[in-house]
Amino acid sequence: MIEICNLSKSFVTAGGTVDALRNVNLTIRDGDIYGIIGMSGAGKSTLVRCINMLERPTEGTVKLDGVDLGMLNKHRMQEMRHHVTMIFQSFNLLMQRNCLQNIMLPLKLIHMPREQAEKRAGELLKTVGMEDKAQAFPAQLSGGQQQRIAIARALATDPKVLLCDEATSALDPKTTHDILSLIQEINQKMRITVIVITHQMSVVQEICNRVAILENGSVVEEGEVSEVFSNPRARATKRLVYPDMSAGIENLGAPHHQMIRLVFQGAEAATRPLLASMAMECRIPANILSATTRTLDGKVYGTMLINIPGGPDELARAVQYLSETPDLRIQVESEYANTEGVNADAERQEGGEH
Amino acid sequence: MEAYLTRYFSEKKMADAWVLIQEDFVSATLSTLYITLMSTLFAILIGLPLGIILVTGDAKGIRPLPRWLMSFLNWMINLLRSAPFIILIVLLMPFTRMMLGSAVGDGGVIVPLVIAAFPFVARLVEGSLRELNPNIIEMAQSSGANTLQTVIHVMLPESVPSLITSFTTAITTILGYTAMSGAVGGGGLGNLAIAQGQQRSNHAVLLAALVILVLLVQILQTFGTWLARKCDKRLKNQ
Repeated sequence: MIEICNLSKSFVTAGGTVDALRNVNLTIRDGDIYGIIGMSGAGKSTLVRCINMLERPTEGTVKLDGVDLGMLNKHRMQEMRHHVTMIFQSFNLLMQRNCLQNIMLPLKLIHMPREQAEKRAGELLKTVGMEDKAQAFPAQLSGGQQQRIAIARALATDPKVLLCDEATSALDPKTTHDILSLIQEINQKMRITVIVITHQMSVVQEICNRVAILENGSVVEEGEVSEVFSNPRARATKRLVYPDMSAGIENLGAPHHQMIRLVFQGAEAATRPLLASMAMECRIPANILSATTRTLDGKVYGTMLINIPGGPDELARAVQYLSETPDLRIQVESEYANTEGVNADAERQEGGEH
Repeated sequence: MEAYLTRYFSEKKMADAWVLIQEDFVSATLSTLYITLMSTLFAILIGLPLGIILVTGDAKGIRPLPRWLMSFLNWMINLLRSAPFIILIVLLMPFTRMMLGSAVGDGGVIVPLVIAAFPFVARLVEGSLRELNPNIIEMAQSSGANTLQTVIHVMLPESVPSLITSFTTAITTILGYTAMSGAVGGGGLGNLAIAQGQQRSNHAVLLAALVILVLLVQILQTFGTWLARKCDKRLKNQ
């Protein structure tokens, strides 16, 4: 368990003191995939670097299983970093070393005998699906492949916690999806707690179970992902959850307050024209208000905001119909959402994911 | 023009030059190479660790050292680099004698060469290491590497191509400095060129020595560039 208590960090710059983090309190339980999301400059990277003490907090504590990491001496700190490892946006592989040697780096640091380290690195290559690239150099790999090697390296010392600092921000959506699946698999199979720093809501949506929203160095909202998503309260959260929600749509009048947000998480696009078939089968002609979707390999990713004409009855039928589509998350955006609609909706989401 | 030719390139002088080239050039070339390689080796042995300290000990480095120490090192390097080599040779004579028992001959030039070259090498190494992607250093730190491990397992291997380029610059510069070895009775092509070419007005010898020095620089530079490229794994399709 990681407990972050009253954590503050300020930097002294030429222009004065900058408060990167202000009084952050978070608890990350073992086995969580914990998302920390915010716009750039919100303090995410500083926060993750305070967790492994690459940045020393100005105030407050970070505890790992009850141990105050700020109190560790240099040697214990280095030992701790074998248990709290990190992957990066820019992968940060050694460019002059091949994949196997890159994975062996942390093992060299703990003085593991060479043969044993090679064997371990070979196993890890298999874990990340790169066994045929042992002798390849990073420059010969794609971004996604490089991140896989970086993940293998981060796993080498059998860590308890994996910190992901914008690990998928340099990757295309399809590769992002693959890397996130790998991280999820690692979390489940190896029981490694994962902390995901990102500015992309889709990343949190895809793998995190809990999320904290960071704005100007403060946590403005925190909780279960499904909860935060279906009922975002803080302004920063709303901006992140509905990046497509322009002021115009937000302020639409009465006829438009029955809206459903469809979050596509790899739904099959080609097999079923979703809205057209809903119009035919349920006689509900939905109106697309906005859509930011992308199709990759015949699968749809992104969000779509649709308007359902009629009353709560039509809305309920539409939700019922749409929820039968796999890999599609549904959020009701109407004034009915604050009553039972959300709960029913949340349950459906959970049911749909497993 | 004709006066110049008869003075420096008369038939007799050409004959003398040919004899010299046949008799002395091989040993002079070997002597130059010996002085150059030994001086470069020792300059790297001192300059490489010093260059590493300049980077890691910096206020923003991975292991900041006391400010006065860093200021002193920088001041000392600048001082040694600003002294003209010929003055350094003379100034260092007592020190060379103390170290080698004699301040003349090939050894007499290697000691001042090393003293002149190691600050230069330290600066080159500093430049090479500062080129490193800071994210790589952060990765090493986040993996729990201590200072020595960061240097040995990350900083040095990642800078190999750049270091080879730096050392090539160092060796060609040092080769040029060996020409002054004649001042303390050291051997080599430079000495031959000064003693025969300038003092006995035989410019054919001077030119021949120059040609060989130019060739040596070209060969060393080409080899260094080739090696740096060959070692660089960032280049695809090799």
